[in-house]
Amino acid sequence: MIRLASFVTLLALAIAAPAAAQLSVDVTDDSGSNSLKVAVPALPTGQSVSTPAGTTDELGVRIAQVIADDLRNSGLFAPTGPEGTRTLSMAEVTAPNYASWGGYEALVQGFVRSAGGEGDITVGCYLYDIALKSELTRQGYVVAPRDWRRAAHKCADAIYARLSGESPFFDSRIAYIAESGPKERRVKRLAIMDSDGANHRFITNGQAIALTPRFSPDYGSLVYVSYVQDRVRIFVYDIGTGKQRLVTESTNPTFAPRWSPDGRSILFSMAIAGNTDIYRVPATGGMPVRLTTSPGIDVGGSYSPDGTRIVFESDRSGSQQVYVMNADGSNQQRISHGGGRYATPEWSPRGDLIAFTKIAGDFNIAVMTPDGNNERILTRGWQDEAPTWSPNGRVLQFFRTSQGSSGVSQVWQVDLTGVNERRIPTPLSGSDPAWGPLLP
Amino acid sequence: MSRFTAPVARSLMIASAVIALAACSKKAPEELPPAPVETPRPADTATAPASPAGPVKGSQQDFLASVAADKIYFDTDKYDIDTQDQDVLRSQAQWLAANPTVRVTVEGHADERGTRDYNLALGERRANAAKNYLASLGVDSARITTISYGKERPAALGSDEAAWAQNRRAVTVTVQ
Repeated sequence: MIRLASFVTLLALAIAAPAAAQLSVDVTDDSGSNSLKVAVPALPTGQSVSTPAGTTDELGVRIAQVIADDLRNSGLFAPTGPEGTRTLSMAEVTAPNYASWGGYEALVQGFVRSAGGEGDITVGCYLYDIALKSELTRQGYVVAPRDWRRAAHKCADAIYARLSGESPFFDSRIAYIAESGPKERRVKRLAIMDSDGANHRFITNGQAIALTPRFSPDYGSLVYVSYVQDRVRIFVYDIGTGKQRLVTESTNPTFAPRWSPDGRSILFSMAIAGNTDIYRVPATGGMPVRLTTSPGIDVGGSYSPDGTRIVFESDRSGSQQVYVMNADGSNQQRISHGGGRYATPEWSPRGDLIAFTKIAGDFNIAVMTPDGNNERILTRGWQDEAPTWSPNGRVLQFFRTSQGSSGVSQVWQVDLTGVNERRIPTPLSGSDPAWGPLLP
Repeated sequence: MSRFTAPVARSLMIASAVIALAACSKKAPEELPPAPVETPRPADTATAPASPAGPVKGSQQDFLASVAADKIYFDTDKYDIDTQDQDVLRSQAQWLAANPTVRVTVEGHADERGTRDYNLALGERRANAAKNYLASLGVDSARITTISYGKERPAALGSDEAAWAQNRRAVTVTVQ
């Protein structure tokens, strides 16, 4: 649970936001040289008290660190802090000493308060424009002490959104497959983590191969493929109860599961006598509806954000290409025409782009508009595969596999400029990342 | 990677993509020596029979010692049964006729140079192609199950055409 603090719980302040702030960052700038210099000193606390997650003093340092890391990893900011910045007083949080922050363009300040014990903590978050000497935004969050990282992500989201004009994305989670062991007998376990790799948790024990997980839109469950009992089948795993159930009963293999945006339906692929088509089934179970009928492999599928259309891949033309159809399966149209093979299409949550794996020699992550135009290749690995969108449609995660007998896969991230690329830290190797929506 | 600056890097990237595409427009695998050179011979795989009389009739060891091969190979993205595959599957069908109570699973596989979901579908296609051919030779299809491992269980670990050719396969395994 997280909720916005009422303004009463924040220190009493005038609610004056400047009409025109000059500070901003541009998510489309790919020069890589305009990172905004922002100071993120440790969040002070009036009087340090103990919580189950540490003292409020300690939390103030750790929260500032997560904010700084989020901002840095977005590629748009050059944060300093909490190390290398001076100690703040509580009084300063809402009355910044602008003159002491020379060399910075923006300043993030905040506070941590707790009544102590198991009770919730309150985290304040303020963003200031140094040159204009003005406040740009303020937020407050009330969270259980164990959820302190969420307050930090929320604060980083508020700063990112205020300065970029984009929707936030840090406060979200990733489902993926943790990999270990040799290439010919790889152990593949379902796992989940925060968008920055923290709060990592294994879900399956690795005895059966697990593949292609997806969080339900409400984060209540995961849908994925398991080889348990030496069959290829889709299960829905309930994160609260730890129980799982089959999506559909069939003697045929079922795979490539995907949620509808409202979480009420699941798309999946089923092979009958070697011919694979795409089906839709209610998430609670029921009769599957067949959406494609062409001879060949129709597989995957990703809904447009409004749920009216589905982008999918098919080799009906002789090679893997990307098609769009209405949600009921009607009006199937090929949209990819750029040469090479096109696989694993994923519709952006913004609706404006489709990300996919472009196969033309190497495997690369690329995007195009839903009409198939404006193709742009974003990564240049030997095998970069299966993009998944950040909740704001501005960043993609994917997995990158190395050549040769080790053949290790890792989870990577790239933004739409193609410039800001980095590996997501995971305890083991990783593949099949799937980014969930902004946390509720 | 990809620490390019626009716009020069963009045009370079596009140029290299076009080159890569041109290099791949031919079906490379067809120019390569046939994969079955690497096929294990019965002598390689029929290891240490339990008694001097040979493997127990109907066992996996008996199967491996009796058939031309337990696996067939495919070209990139293909699932057709060529004449070489037909010879292998005919030997398997003969063994199955002589051991009418034994059931088999055909495992379909793909090489690593395909996306995960597509390779699952492709492996299923290959396993079914082998199953259908066995059935056409008189094996009751109820005795044959299929499973696709996609690219999850490679037999050869390299990232070159020789390894990929060994991994595009359908393997018949007795259910014991």
